[in-house]
Amino acid sequence: MSKHIKQPQSPFDSKLLMCALLDSLKKLDPRILWHNPVMFSVEIASIITLVTFALSLTGANTEPVWFTGTVSLWLWLTVIFATFAEALAEGRGKARAASLRESRTDVTAKQLANAEFNSAFTTVGASQLHKGDLILVEAGEIIAGDGDVVAGAAMVNESAVTGESAPVIRESGGDRSAVTGGTLVIANAIIVRITANPGETFLDRMIGLIEGAKRRKTPNELALEVLLIALTLVFLLVCANISPLSIYSVKAAGHGTPVSLTILVALFVCLAPTTIAALLPAIGIAGMDRLFQKNVIALSGRAVEAAGDVNVLLLDKTGTITYGSREAVSFVPVGGHNERELAEAALMASLADETPEGRSVVVLAKLKYSLIREILKDSEVVDFSAITRLSGINMEGTRYRKGASDSVVAFVKKSGAITIPSDLAGVVDKIARAGATPLVVSKDSEILGVINLKDIVKGGIQKRFLQLRSMGIKTVMITGDNPLTAAAIAAEAQVDDFLAQAKPEEKLRLIRDYQEAGYMVAMTGDGTNDAPALAQADVAVAMNTGTQPAREAANIIDLDSNPTKLLDIVEIGKQILMTRGNLTTFSISNDIAKYFAIIPAALLSIYPQLGVLNVMRLNSPHSAILSAVIFNAIIIPMLVPLALKGTKFRPMPAERLLIHNLLIYGVGGMVAPFVGIKIIDMCIGMLG
Amino acid sequence: MNSSEWLQTILFFIILLSLTKPIGIFMAHVYQGERTFLSPVLVPFERLIYRICGVRTEEDMDWKRYATSMLFFNLMLFGALFVMLLTQHLLPLNPQNIPAFPWQQALNTAVSFTTNTNWQSYSGEQSVSYFTQMTGIAVHNFVSAATGMAIVIALIRGFVGRKTSIIGNFWVDMTRGTLYILLPFSMIAAIFLVSQGVIQNFNAYKTVPLVQMTASHREVTIPMGPVASQEAIKELGTNGGGFFNANSAHPFENPTPLSNFVEMLLILLIPAGLTHTFGLMVGNPRQGWGLLAAMLFLLLSAFGTLQWAESNGNPLVAKMGVSGVNMEGKDVRFGLAGSSLFTVSTTGTSCGAVNTMHDSLTPIGGMIPLSLILTGEVVFGGVGSGLYTMLAFSIIAVFVSGLMIGRTPEYLGKKIEVREMWISILVILTAGVSVLVLSGIAMVTPSAIASMANPGAHGLSEILYAFASMSNNNGSAFAGLNANVNFYNLFGSAAMLLGRYVPAVAVLAMAGSLAEKKHTPPSLGTLPTDRAPFVVWLTLVIIIIGALTFFPALALGPIVEQLMMAGRA
Repeated sequence: MSKHIKQPQSPFDSKLLMCALLDSLKKLDPRILWHNPVMFSVEIASIITLVTFALSLTGANTEPVWFTGTVSLWLWLTVIFATFAEALAEGRGKARAASLRESRTDVTAKQLANAEFNSAFTTVGASQLHKGDLILVEAGEIIAGDGDVVAGAAMVNESAVTGESAPVIRESGGDRSAVTGGTLVIANAIIVRITANPGETFLDRMIGLIEGAKRRKTPNELALEVLLIALTLVFLLVCANISPLSIYSVKAAGHGTPVSLTILVALFVCLAPTTIAALLPAIGIAGMDRLFQKNVIALSGRAVEAAGDVNVLLLDKTGTITYGSREAVSFVPVGGHNERELAEAALMASLADETPEGRSVVVLAKLKYSLIREILKDSEVVDFSAITRLSGINMEGTRYRKGASDSVVAFVKKSGAITIPSDLAGVVDKIARAGATPLVVSKDSEILGVINLKDIVKGGIQKRFLQLRSMGIKTVMITGDNPLTAAAIAAEAQVDDFLAQAKPEEKLRLIRDYQEAGYMVAMTGDGTNDAPALAQADVAVAMNTGTQPAREAANIIDLDSNPTKLLDIVEIGKQILMTRGNLTTFSISNDIAKYFAIIPAALLSIYPQLGVLNVMRLNSPHSAILSAVIFNAIIIPMLVPLALKGTKFRPMPAERLLIHNLLIYGVGGMVAPFVGIKIIDMCIGMLG
Repeated sequence: MNSSEWLQTILFFIILLSLTKPIGIFMAHVYQGERTFLSPVLVPFERLIYRICGVRTEEDMDWKRYATSMLFFNLMLFGALFVMLLTQHLLPLNPQNIPAFPWQQALNTAVSFTTNTNWQSYSGEQSVSYFTQMTGIAVHNFVSAATGMAIVIALIRGFVGRKTSIIGNFWVDMTRGTLYILLPFSMIAAIFLVSQGVIQNFNAYKTVPLVQMTASHREVTIPMGPVASQEAIKELGTNGGGFFNANSAHPFENPTPLSNFVEMLLILLIPAGLTHTFGLMVGNPRQGWGLLAAMLFLLLSAFGTLQWAESNGNPLVAKMGVSGVNMEGKDVRFGLAGSSLFTVSTTGTSCGAVNTMHDSLTPIGGMIPLSLILTGEVVFGGVGSGLYTMLAFSIIAVFVSGLMIGRTPEYLGKKIEVREMWISILVILTAGVSVLVLSGIAMVTPSAIASMANPGAHGLSEILYAFASMSNNNGSAFAGLNANVNFYNLFGSAAMLLGRYVPAVAVLAMAGSLAEKKHTPPSLGTLPTDRAPFVVWLTLVIIIIGALTFFPALALGPIVEQLMMAGRA
């Protein structure tokens, strides 16, 4: 099942192609096609040519049957190519949604009255679970709905959602409490409080999004559609205007025939921005799909496009800029204490600390002094909190603490310390300046020394930031570290700015300040304390391993829980817009050549002099018009791969990017149809 | 071009460009309510006007209120002129006892002057009394121009505003624009024109013996009138409605090459200056220079093409042994360059004054003024209206280029969204749609075709030009078309109203919508709109939209006419 996600099918897989073909015919229904007004107008045009074809069969229309027939055929193909492109883009998503649905097959849940493992349960269907219900999930059972673990800890296999088969730990409290319906508990048991009503679960939303069923047009898409509709209307009027003008010209010139309905309709379809209109839905769907291939779920297309506009990126230092865990590398005693004394206290303060940092202190103490301790029964664990910014343990009447320098100093003063070792500030400062984290260790009211926790900046991250800077995106590192440490790492990673000793409310304020100044802000987060900031950010990426509040506040969820994904999301957001812009320019540039093909052909009988405008030297008026129509149709399937993959993204300043794209899609769009129409005309010439 | 023509052209652009900045600064001061060198004299007058009219200067208007005030004011002005035209035979200052207008023509004329079009289906010396000229038409020349300027200033305030619904006070903008800008400038210009021989009197028409009498013609009637006072604002306010039928080709309107030079300058002065006013008010003068560069490029290309087409002359005439430039319909006082420059200036802006018979230009030459009008009057454009139409084009250009660089498009820090797109499209396409529809109807309406002086492709150009001119509020005539028939009077009125007020109200709506947005500071990812690449792209967008909309019509008009002419030669 996970294979569908990890290894996406090629969009041109033969089974998908067949499905898309069927769907594309269904989409010809005017009630559906109406949502794409440009293509809807082409469908009407096709119907009109079908009538002129019928009339030439009966002889009521003097135009040759082969001409009206082929024009009609190719206009129908134009519409079908458009619906096909959309169907193809949807196809992959549908296949995936189907596989996700399998994992949602009705499971039963053990509903509890209260959050205790030994209380009695009643068995209910998953679809009967509502917000606030408590369920017990034991090893080997599928979790019936989204929720928060309220008691216990378990190994959970989330491959149904993430595609990652390595099990993860889900436990009550902390930042790893969220579970997703449809995932499997492998070991241990947990009690889950349901947080989503039936039909609104994460899996449901995901299926809806992937299927494209709930896909709403984004503001940018709507604005572009306005432009396309306006152009279509203008071209409709242009073609309508040709008719009376040609009627007058026939009288004025004394010969020739007014431009026929078939030709006017053909000209209209060629001029209307059909290329972009045909591919517009596919571009958006395919963009979301590409995100999904990167294991990112965007809860709306709007969020993805907003990501393309982001100009401030708030990145958590840990895990994004540096490797997730810092390691204790040395103990530096202060105030005349010796290293062993310090190591012992550090070990005690870290005994209950399950973070990688805490564990690395335990490991270092063991390595250096072979120290091993265990938590005794009546000891009191002090967990780290963002407010106190220290943690430790009270054991055998002694209070061991470790934490940021100012917090520990404040703590020991409160515990009755009169003096603070004079060399502490120097040591802390020295470690911090080197970009490492100094963790001060205290025992009761005495400060013993400092643990040197080293932070390692990820390789190649500087290059990534440089790219972002060249795109005009400012990076801000957020860290709970003290300003000195933060500055050193910020300098090493080459971020533009940093927020040190960040508390939740400071993050929120920072985002508000940036937004007030007009910036679009993106941030990643996973903890419950990130939720307010996530809700405030324009683009909020939550890690799938994060807490339920964080996931609810976000508009994008990263199933891999890899914070660097934000950069990919920005890229895809930009790609979607660029593909639309480039194809719009291409589509409109094409019109110039089509005019040169059709106008002389249409008016030749009235004014033979206009033959000089036939710069492509096309064979005959009929073949010229047909060539333009055929080119206009086949350019759509030819550009489908581009629409699905997106135009290549290159990080460079806006102006250079514009020139680059204008040269390819603007100039290319002007030249390509001259060549294409000429080739098609030559082929028609060879046929007869 | 000979050396004096080169000199005149180069000097013209040097003077125009060197005046742009001071005029732009002055207008920015005026509209922002800052002190100018005229304040000591005019502030008392300004206060007096507010007191008499009961204008509360401190009242800030949102866009709806601004637009309602504008429409109400214009409706009143229209009504006044309409009634005046119907009753001028009863009013004073009518030494020639000129009769009243028929209602259809009165409607067309009142609409024409209220909309700053100044299309004339009458000839001034035969149909309009001095009273109507001075208190009707000349007044409209001021206020219709001031209306256009007020609208673009409101739009600029929209770009500048941050999360506000306020876009200014219409009455204050109208008063300041008229009092500080239009009145002083036209006074100076009128006095200068008088020095060149433009007349200014209330005398009855003079009948004098012909210098070279013929058997049938022994004397001629020379019309008189208060011409200079109206001539200055006619050019300055890009109005274009001539006192006389011959407009700026008449020696009493435009007597010397120097007066011609100054009149051309007056036409372009405010539209050019407004680009700088815009740049200053949005806090980046380069934004204004960028737009000016695009306008200048289009004007120079048009001038070059027209000059080239006319100096090639007419091959059919050449076959008869008369070689040289095409001087038919041009005045030797102004020469080829003086005529070409006037022609592109008056059609690039929505002025419509003429010193040349556009109907007599070579087919391709005639296509130049036609194309300038059809691109939506943005090549400097009408006072105010040119710049706001140009800004709408900028928004379309920013939108497509913004997508091409992968960002939600933003212009001057404001995000361009669905609403701005709708409005920009209304602004730039309303006139074009009106041209397409009405010229189409005309081509199959016998009474409309009967007005043509020339059959064939040229007649098609005449009708296309007429509706282009009216829809885009230019007002110049290709001539060769009898426009005083119900078809043109009535459909023309509709075209002028649509072409003026749909964009005007849309622009004010956009000002309101932009003012409410927050401002996004530029970054490397923002496309700079004050640099060459964007200016080139903007120019291309203008040309491509114009060409795609009108290529078939132009092919059946001037293009085929030129080909046929070349074929017969």
